[in-house]
Amino acid sequence: MKVTVLFFAQVRERAGRANAQLSLPEGSRLADALAVLAREHPALESLWPLVAVAVNGKLARPDTPLTEGAELALLPPVSGG
Amino acid sequence: MAELVEGPIEVERLLAAAARPDCGAVVLFLGTTRDHHEGREVLRLEYEAYRPMALAALEQIEGDTVERHAVATCRIVHRLGVVPAAEAGVAVVVAAAHRGAAFDAARWAMDQVKRAAPIWKKEHYAGGDAGWVAGAKLE
Repeated sequence: MKVTVLFFAQVRERAGRANAQLSLPEGSRLADALAVLAREHPALESLWPLVAVAVNGKLARPDTPLTEGAELALLPPVSGG
Repeated sequence: MAELVEGPIEVERLLAAAARPDCGAVVLFLGTTRDHHEGREVLRLEYEAYRPMALAALEQIEGDTVERHAVATCRIVHRLGVVPAAEAGVAVVVAAAHRGAAFDAARWAMDQVKRAAPIWKKEHYAGGDAGWVAGAKLE
């Protein structure tokens, strides 16, 4: 299946991209996608403990199942206002 | 209905929309770009958001504010993109029967905006460099 990944703020700058497409085996969970992203983007290593991840606009846990066309978002610590 | 806007926040319009006969208090909070942070001169802020999730989060805060603080209305508008010094990046407007609840609710709503919405703030300094403001992990 294919999923889209959105990168924001310092995650976007460190990774040098705003979005990516991942091809994952059927049955993959969020943790599988994050493992691929960690491998492809070593520059993000120090940020991972601070990053929250949303799937289709909702905060998700590593065991969240992914489906075709899902939108993942990598959300570093927020600082609005 | 929360809003994300690209240009200046229309404060007069927000205040006009908040006025109602059953309320004796309207509190407006504006978060404005400050020209200094931790001893450094700040020229401007730049805000970025995960728009659909940020909008949903702001609307959730509006509803929670009304529910928890027994106020009549809460509106939140956040500006995105570049916000020069002294201009508003965020507005919270609360209308209530009495001022105490209105002040408390506006403060609570603003605290929530800072910790619960996927919005990020970058400071651009006088030296030409820039940095993301340290924030809170979304939970």
